[in-house]
Amino acid sequence: MELFGYADTIWLPFVFAALMGVSILLYVVLDGYDLGVGILTPFASDAEKDMMVASIGPFWDANETWLVLAIGLLLVAFPAAHGLILSTLYLPVFFLLIGLILRGVSFEFRVKARAKYKEFWNWMFFAGSLLATLSQGFMLGLYVMGLQFTAGTFLFAALCALALTVGYAFIGATWLILKSEGDLQLRAIRWAKECIWGLVIGIGAISLATPLVSPRIWDKWFSFPSMLYLSPLPILSLLGLWLLWRSFRHLPGDGDRWAWVPFVTALGLFTLAFLGLAYSFYPFVVPEQLTIYEAASAPESLFIILIGACFVVPTILGYTALAYWVFRGKTKALRYD
Amino acid sequence: MMDTLILSRIQFAANISFHILFPTITIALGWFLLFFKLRFQWTGDLKWMEAYRFWVKVFALSFAMGVVSGITMSFQFGTNWPGFMETVGNIAGPLLAYEVMTAFFLEAVFIGIMLFGFSRVPSWLHTLATFLVAFGTTMSTFWIIVLNSWMHTPQGFEMIDGVAHATSWWEIVFNPSMPYRLVHMLLASGLTVAFLIAGIAAFRYILGDRKETVRSQIRVGLTFAALLIPVQIFAGDMHGLNTLEHQPAKVAAMEGNWETRSNVPLVLFGMPNEETRTNDYAIEVPNMASIILKHSPDGVVPGLNDFVAEDGTIEHPPVAKVFWSFRVMVATGMAMLLLSWGSLVFLWRRADDGRRFAIRRLPKPLLWALVPMALSGWVATLAGWYTTEIGRQPWLVQGVMTTEMAVADVPAPMVLSTLLGYLAIYAALLLAYCGVIVYLAVKARHDDALESLTPASGEAVVDVIAREDRGGAVPAE
Ligand code: HDD
Ligand code: HEM
Ligand code: HEM
Repeated sequence: MELFGYADTIWLPFVFAALMGVSILLYVVLDGYDLGVGILTPFASDAEKDMMVASIGPFWDANETWLVLAIGLLLVAFPAAHGLILSTLYLPVFFLLIGLILRGVSFEFRVKARAKYKEFWNWMFFAGSLLATLSQGFMLGLYVMGLQFTAGTFLFAALCALALTVGYAFIGATWLILKSEGDLQLRAIRWAKECIWGLVIGIGAISLATPLVSPRIWDKWFSFPSMLYLSPLPILSLLGLWLLWRSFRHLPGDGDRWAWVPFVTALGLFTLAFLGLAYSFYPFVVPEQLTIYEAASAPESLFIILIGACFVVPTILGYTALAYWVFRGKTKALRYD
Repeated sequence: MMDTLILSRIQFAANISFHILFPTITIALGWFLLFFKLRFQWTGDLKWMEAYRFWVKVFALSFAMGVVSGITMSFQFGTNWPGFMETVGNIAGPLLAYEVMTAFFLEAVFIGIMLFGFSRVPSWLHTLATFLVAFGTTMSTFWIIVLNSWMHTPQGFEMIDGVAHATSWWEIVFNPSMPYRLVHMLLASGLTVAFLIAGIAAFRYILGDRKETVRSQIRVGLTFAALLIPVQIFAGDMHGLNTLEHQPAKVAAMEGNWETRSNVPLVLFGMPNEETRTNDYAIEVPNMASIILKHSPDGVVPGLNDFVAEDGTIEHPPVAKVFWSFRVMVATGMAMLLLSWGSLVFLWRRADDGRRFAIRRLPKPLLWALVPMALSGWVATLAGWYTTEIGRQPWLVQGVMTTEMAVADVPAPMVLSTLLGYLAIYAALLLAYCGVIVYLAVKARHDDALESLTPASGEAVVDVIAREDRGGAVPAE
């Protein structure tokens, strides 16, 4: 089947790469803020911890489901790449999973187990969030380095792990600015100010490293006229940073007026960074080894998923919006009633 | 030193066994919660609200365990079994994608509203959310069982250059074993939860917690158990007949039948011996296997020796494992039948005040027996899955690809280390999970019965609960 003159072996893989990109991005920003909140818990008092967990309680499960979708799409649309990437990243994936397990069950155990174990589960909650984030950053770093293991790539991956941790803590802090009030909000503003540098360094390091590692990527960015088309990416990012910095000076504003600015701007920054990465790597799904067109599954299978996705994804977005609407405003203590 | 294949298999089995424990509970418990909620709305009787409030905690905990172990599952294919998706990805992929799109998001979003939205959304929306979560877990079951059944009885595809391509989605989804497996699994979940509810309530009762809600929960659990178990046995029998048609080697292993012949006895007990290819110490009921499988004493039943190649290669599954798993499942099913109907016979007799279904009419030993039976569903479900899955070996997708073909080329020590890691964490979490459920049961005794506080209208109830729960997510002590 053709679409705008493109064969289905061309447009279907492209559409699926885009879908996968969107779900990875959604996963990163959504689970990013709740993992970030987890990473910040040790720096808060016990009562604040409860509020922090309560602010993400109704959302984390759905946030994590975007990861399942992203992995599912990779597996479904690009089976060859899926096996290659995941078996190369065997150990980091294991740590990611252990982290997600510990974090996920701690939500429940910290309030259902005997009170004397609460502290233990609070630590597990933190440890799980941290472990999951570090592994994700590490995997990102290795991926950027073309999935090669050398001392250098390892170091770079470790740097990415740290940067992503700070980045998630940052977006977590901006989420808390939006959802909390009083002392906790003040604290969150401070956390956000402290973490923003980590984010800048992280994005900077990856932006510098990617073109240096691959001449192909270098050419994609630093040639005329693509430099011109791409200039909005860095310019908008700088603008975002400036906006963030200004908003911090005005926070907490009268009647909480600016509280949403940091979170929304953080979403924007993550999106811009992601677009940059996507541009660099297209059309490869495994960097420099396998393109999305080589790795794609049979068109008839992709097509049947696409039909479903056209109906289901808008519905999902609809009821996700409903959930954010139901739990809008400042967080209250979570209760089963 | 064990090789990558066997280690990966053990790791997969460990992960899926851990995962299935929690869906087995959440699939049916979602519907039970809806039942409790609707009973409360219709009768205004607070004991149903108390039941809801107790079990929703168990649900939330089980759901979280199910989600995190499920995420582990979805990575397994890539990390350990890349060959699976490369060969049958065109079929398995869309099925898994539909599961994520139609089920996982539904349950993950609405569980937030179901758990924490009670006083934020109108009652109808909360009931709807409860329904959608239950519906979502059932949809998950549908899609994953479709995939699993297709692996047992594949159809609706053609192989091109060693890769499966779909030819008919209808045939893929409605493959021959799917309806049987789906029904059997859903009933298994219903039974697991029925016995869990009855067992935990019996435990509370024995500890001296005699609230009306506890007694009602014993009744509800036992009634559902008694209703479901005969259906399950019938469905299991049908399932077996279906398997006989499509995977005769599996049934031969289940029955411990070596030779293809008529008048095959039912082996009640025995030690299948693959060296001598006979059963040691067998205790048998003459002709019974022929009667069950062929409905006539001289029905011919296929035997394991038919599945040995000319050169001696074994092409049937490991016999003893399948044979024993099957017996554990059936024995547990029989225990469920005896216990649920036995209890109902006692409950049916009138108490001194002339009322039926008084829990104190239940003899002590029966009441005590209900407590360990809280875990019977887990035992039977695991045993059933072991029968099914080990019975499919050496095939991964029956007749299409073997398990060996799918395995990743990851060094064995690496698989061993992750396997040990998973095992350690699963053991710890299982302990914590069971500990917390026992703790919740013990603690519930000290919760004031809502009924003693009794205002009747819905809004007042929310009020009472709110007062009682001040402190929110922080537990009372
Ligand atoms: C509460 C759980 C439970 C109980 C009481 C039973 N089963 Fe079962 N059984 C399952 C839970 C289960 C299961 C976990 O759900 C399985 C695994 C795969 C499946 O579809 O169902 C299963 C599989 C399974 C299979 C293998 C199907 C295959 O070849 O793939 C057979 C033949 C039976 N069952 C038959 C029975 C019989 C005759 C029972 C009579 C007592 C019985 N089951 C009780
Ligand atoms: C739809 C869901 C399922 C899929 C797609 C699936 C798939 C697989 C795969 C890929 C294997 C190959 C690895 C191996 O041979 O060890 C396997 C084996 C196995 N599975 Fe499943 N499975 C499913 C459900 C289950 C469930 C729910 C259980 C049990 C609780 C289970 C228990 C096992 C066991 C015990 C093995 C090991 C068999 C052996 O080593 O001989 N499976 N299954
Ligand atoms: C290889 C097989 C399997 C994979 C890859 C898998 C994957 C998953 C994933 C990723 C989740 C989390 C969903 C979320 O984020 O909300 C999940 C949950 C669930 N799974 Fe599985 N699963 C498998 C086998 C099974 C089987 C055999 C059943 C039941 C028969 C089952 C039933 C469920 C249900 C009902 C849930 C949602 C409720 C809960 O979390 O307890 N799954 N599964």
